[in-house]
Amino acid sequence: MTALLQADDLTLFRGDRCLFQGLRFALDAGELLWIEGPNGSGKTSLLRAMAGLIELETGNIMWNGTNAIRHRQRFHGNLAWMAHKIGLKGDLTLLDNLRFESGLRATDWSRLDAILKRLSLSKLTALPLRSLSAGQQRRVTLARMLLADASLWLMDEPFTNLDTAGRDLVTKIVVEHLAAGGMAVVASHQAMQIDAPVRRVLLT
Amino acid sequence: MWTYFHKLASPPHFYALSAKLIPWLAALGVILVAYGTFAGLFLAPPDYQQGDAFRIIYVHVPAAYLSMMAYMIMAVSAGIGLIWRMKLAHAVAAGAAPLGAWFTFLALITGSIWGRPMWGTWWEWGDPRLTSELIMLFLYFGYMALRSAIDDTARADRASAVLALVGAVNVPIIHFSVEWWSSLHQGATLVRADGPAIQSAMLYPLLAMIFGFTFLFGALLLQRVRTEVLYRERRARWVRSLLLPAEGSA
Amino acid sequence: MSGQQAELPDLWQGLAAIVRRDLLLAWRRPGDVLNPLFFFAMVSTLFPLATGPSQEQLQLNGPGVLWVAALLAALLSLNSLFLSDYEDGSLDQLMLSAQPLPLLAFGKSFSHWLVGGLPLVLVSPLLALTFQLPARTVGVMMLTLTFGTISLSLLGSIGAALTVGLNRGTALLSLLILPLAMPVLIFGARTVALAATDDAVAAGVYFLAAYCMLALALAPFATAAALKISNE
Repeated sequence: MTALLQADDLTLFRGDRCLFQGLRFALDAGELLWIEGPNGSGKTSLLRAMAGLIELETGNIMWNGTNAIRHRQRFHGNLAWMAHKIGLKGDLTLLDNLRFESGLRATDWSRLDAILKRLSLSKLTALPLRSLSAGQQRRVTLARMLLADASLWLMDEPFTNLDTAGRDLVTKIVVEHLAAGGMAVVASHQAMQIDAPVRRVLLT
Repeated sequence: MWTYFHKLASPPHFYALSAKLIPWLAALGVILVAYGTFAGLFLAPPDYQQGDAFRIIYVHVPAAYLSMMAYMIMAVSAGIGLIWRMKLAHAVAAGAAPLGAWFTFLALITGSIWGRPMWGTWWEWGDPRLTSELIMLFLYFGYMALRSAIDDTARADRASAVLALVGAVNVPIIHFSVEWWSSLHQGATLVRADGPAIQSAMLYPLLAMIFGFTFLFGALLLQRVRTEVLYRERRARWVRSLLLPAEGSA
Repeated sequence: MSGQQAELPDLWQGLAAIVRRDLLLAWRRPGDVLNPLFFFAMVSTLFPLATGPSQEQLQLNGPGVLWVAALLAALLSLNSLFLSDYEDGSLDQLMLSAQPLPLLAFGKSFSHWLVGGLPLVLVSPLLALTFQLPARTVGVMMLTLTFGTISLSLLGSIGAALTVGLNRGTALLSLLILPLAMPVLIFGARTVALAATDDAVAAGVYFLAAYCMLALALAPFATAAALKISNE
């Protein structure tokens, strides 16, 4: 049985350096893929290559049976991206930022209040984003992911700038997402304590 | 047939093949240019209108034609490299650019020298050919500037490929607009190289120069691409065994 | 969970979203609108100051000077077109949004024109006055500048996408875009000059319109390709 997300023979060069070669993995609904490795080992590049931001030297990524590289739009409609850079506009308010995101995707705006309450962001909606703390901004990116309602989450070092409470919150939300049938790919040099089936890819 | 192209795209194969081609191209080029220069200077009769001044077309026309052909080669190979991801194609584009820029410069200098006895000035904005050659020089500069501003070779290749293609689309538009613009300019004497029917005694040296220059261009281009290929593939085994024969032993 | 096959988003909504966002951002930073305008006005003032107040000279050079000033002013605001998106990670989000990237690139070009091109067009009659250009040229000037600034925003987006994040980006951007912008400049300025001498302007206007259409059709795709390359 083919998994929902299937990657075969992935090879990537950055400049002259070969980051990985012939990599393969598979991921199914409800599972977490943990990309582990020290800093500089290519975790971010692998994640970006999976998302289609970087071109692979060789390799196939199949999403639900269709080629994710060739049919990019459909693949992107199903994924949500969280990286080190928050990807939000500091000059705009939280609401303006999220409204922009929902304009790009088909989202259910009525879920917003519940999401904001969950992430303790309800009182911060009218402030420009740059006046929020780094941890609060990261929670806004989480709100964006929840709002997007995508089945595949790609997360690069999601615990940056978060205190213990914040990390627990992220872990809890990811577990909920997996339990509801979603999938997550997480690149992290820290060990993940997570109550869900985990597959691993180690980059050196 | 495809296997032939595939082989051609392989850098070591290209390197070996170009080594055989360059001497032939260079020799043919030198012979033709030598004949063309001699015939152009001494055998062709003076022009009834311009006297001996016209003789500069023997350098100007080949240079101008090559400046445009080099741009087309650059754009086409950049496009091939971008679409089919062929590294050798990018090397060709990189090698063609400086050559094209030099020929453009040569065309401008010879055009200006030609213009002096014709127009009385060293530069005539009213001449559409000269002005579009100048703009073409800027296009080359832009391409080379973009290449050198990006450190990562792959990104530089692809970014400059996009630029070359955008430029290629614009080149005919630029030519046309400059023509229209100069036709509005009062009082310009348009000197055209392909003017009234040209006698064969004048034509043959010109043809010889055009072909000769083209062969020389080909030889120079291949040489530049060889160097590019060596640099880009410097870590590959075939390069090491080529340059360090002592190390090649098991 | 909406299931594996999320529906594809509405393209008009996506376009509206990015234009709205960029306009909001420009609203928060009025300098983005005002700086090119002031630049336009100042450069237009430089020439009369340098060449003298003779009416004949002003009228002769007016169209050309105004056009060059508009070109440079439009270029000024182009460098930062993609810079903030590139730096804060928004560009990644845009590329992963399931909206076609050329559409989003067009949206950015369009909002750049609204903020950095259209104001120039609206202010041009005032500057035409200072050059003592006849009233009949104003309409032609605004029309040609409209087509011209749209083309510049589109062309310039390609350059901005190619040079985003590079050192000395502005100088490089100008070097890349100016040769490509020359046809627009030639036709724009010359058409206005023709209007001043009461000659036929149709040919020039048609050319500018055609070039604008070509840019509209092709530039977003080139910009998208350039963005993908620069964002790697």
